[in-house]
Amino acid sequence: MDGIFSNLAIGFVEVFKLQPVTMWGMTLQHVPFNIIMCLIGCLLGTLIGVLPGIGPVATIAMLLPVTFNLSPIAALIMLAGIYYGAQYGGSTTAILVNIPGESSSVVTCLDGYQMARQGRAGPALATAAIGSFFAGCVSTLVVAMFAPPLAEVALKFGPAEYFSLMVLGLVAAVVLAHGSLVKAIAMVILGLLLGLVGTDVNSGVLRFAFGISELADGIGFVTVAMGMFGICEIIANLEQKEHREVFTSSVGKMMPSKEDWKRMVMPIIRGTALGSALGILPGGGALLASFGAYTLEKKVSKYSHEFGKGAIEGVAAPESANNAGAQTSFIPLLTLGIPSNAVMALMIGAMMIQGIAPGPQVMTERPQLFWGMICSMWVGNLMLVILNLPLIGMWIKLLSVPYRYLYPSILLFMAIGVFSISNQPFDCFLMAVFGLLGYVCVKLGCEPAPLILGFILGPLMEENLRRAMLLSRGDPWVFISPSKPISMGFLLASVALLVIIAAPALRKKREEVFVEET
Amino acid sequence: MKIKSPQDFWAGLMFIAFGLFFVVVALKFYQMGSSVRMGPAYFPVVLGGLLATLGTIVLVNSLVLAGPAVAKFHFRPLLFIAASSLAFAYLLKPLGLPLASIALIFICAYGGHEFRWKEVAIMSVVLVIFSVLVFVEGLALPFPICPDFIEVCPIR
Repeated sequence: MDGIFSNLAIGFVEVFKLQPVTMWGMTLQHVPFNIIMCLIGCLLGTLIGVLPGIGPVATIAMLLPVTFNLSPIAALIMLAGIYYGAQYGGSTTAILVNIPGESSSVVTCLDGYQMARQGRAGPALATAAIGSFFAGCVSTLVVAMFAPPLAEVALKFGPAEYFSLMVLGLVAAVVLAHGSLVKAIAMVILGLLLGLVGTDVNSGVLRFAFGISELADGIGFVTVAMGMFGICEIIANLEQKEHREVFTSSVGKMMPSKEDWKRMVMPIIRGTALGSALGILPGGGALLASFGAYTLEKKVSKYSHEFGKGAIEGVAAPESANNAGAQTSFIPLLTLGIPSNAVMALMIGAMMIQGIAPGPQVMTERPQLFWGMICSMWVGNLMLVILNLPLIGMWIKLLSVPYRYLYPSILLFMAIGVFSISNQPFDCFLMAVFGLLGYVCVKLGCEPAPLILGFILGPLMEENLRRAMLLSRGDPWVFISPSKPISMGFLLASVALLVIIAAPALRKKREEVFVEET
Repeated sequence: MKIKSPQDFWAGLMFIAFGLFFVVVALKFYQMGSSVRMGPAYFPVVLGGLLATLGTIVLVNSLVLAGPAVAKFHFRPLLFIAASSLAFAYLLKPLGLPLASIALIFICAYGGHEFRWKEVAIMSVVLVIFSVLVFVEGLALPFPICPDFIEVCPIR
């Protein structure tokens, strides 16, 4: 335990550090810059969480180029804040408007909106905030406890282990994607292939570039993410006429009653536990966590007959779970360098922009960065709970801004962001192309998220595969030989996952879950 | 032969097309190498083959199992959104950030449901001021502000 606290101390010092800052030509000494970035991230995250139609993936992608000029720690703190801030914001929209501001607050709509209709919007919002805060505190500790031992194990990984781990991560991502399993696997592979465009590291050969010099460094990750998520989202939103009824007549008093407190304690604890566990799994994260927690709570709660009619448990459990899941999904990223969902894939992109190779060595080589980020999550959660309750009125006002004002601004910022990556028009062109591809994929029932994960892992996987094969002199059994138990374990787990999911009974169950969601 | 699931049918075709494309290009232009020393073509050929196989499975399934139809394509937003980002990209260097932004805003706003001149005009003024202040002045992105043909730029 001692180790954890001294590590957390390093982190807190880093978060609260005063440093000189130059902006608009003025230099200020002693600015708590990291905290300010944390605040900006949380506010931005809440904002986009509240607004339906723009998610954390598009926002983080949009801001990646902006982080060029920041220090690595400030950049990562801000981007992380956007992700968990969005979990807070999403619940506000779900409760007041019955539209999930974020995909992870879909289930909150069920009971949260019912509570609002019964005139208990205030307690519902407060419950969501309290649950999220508790979950944020616990999962920060979970990250601090589990990350170091995992990183230690990961340091011993060779190319074979890494390759197998990536296979497991991709399989898990596929399992959790919506709809057809085969199509999700195909999307992963398409992503892997697109990731190979550009100069081959081993031979120096330019692959799939067709004489376009801008493709020599490969297709930019930000470009793909913005096209597949940002552009595609805008087009999808423009398809239907907007109709939004804000349920704002009265938020009522915020404070939950004594009865409410009693009823929310256990769901929050259970939601946090389940969320933390599901977040760590590759492919997990906030979305899965909230679904799992709602289902679990419906099973175990003695108020299960009230679910769907405004049960406070139905708000407390999923809201704690999605926040816990959002935070613990940083564990595989920070310790293994493997992203577990699209947001984490973007965080890898952010680290690479800053010249940090994600992986187990980050913790030992840059402890300030590692622990600073973890502590910033706790500070960020505190800010969110303090800021959010008084600011709810403002968020509600924002909800009445029509989409026709929003999307041109979003599109402009995306275009500026993509253009600034290499200062070439070509990236914007590619963004439009990927927007088109994303749109076609969605229309054909193929999820874009697995493609993004495959895209970021493509080059890494090829590299590790080649190295492993070179070391084993071309023996493909190296991945499942008894001398490499970890690699074998990962691959067996992947196969097991696929078999389980392909089994008819579970397949039906999985479809049910995702049908409920849409 | 009847297509029972149009969505899967076209998805299958798309995967097959992508898979074959990568396999053919890799085989034609790059070296395979051996499994010990993999050449640049090795990984793409394996993956492309896998993708085409999966595409075939989806395709065959679509002829057997019933499934949803392909949702309707809305070409208007698609076209205008794509056009606006292209306009921005290719106008930025010759015309400067403000004019390129205005082009983007007007074109993409035209792709929406309602288009009101006044609203869009006000929005572009606000957004141009904001992006010049934040991106060019604040974050120092190297974007030109004035068009090429104005020799002495009053700003900067």
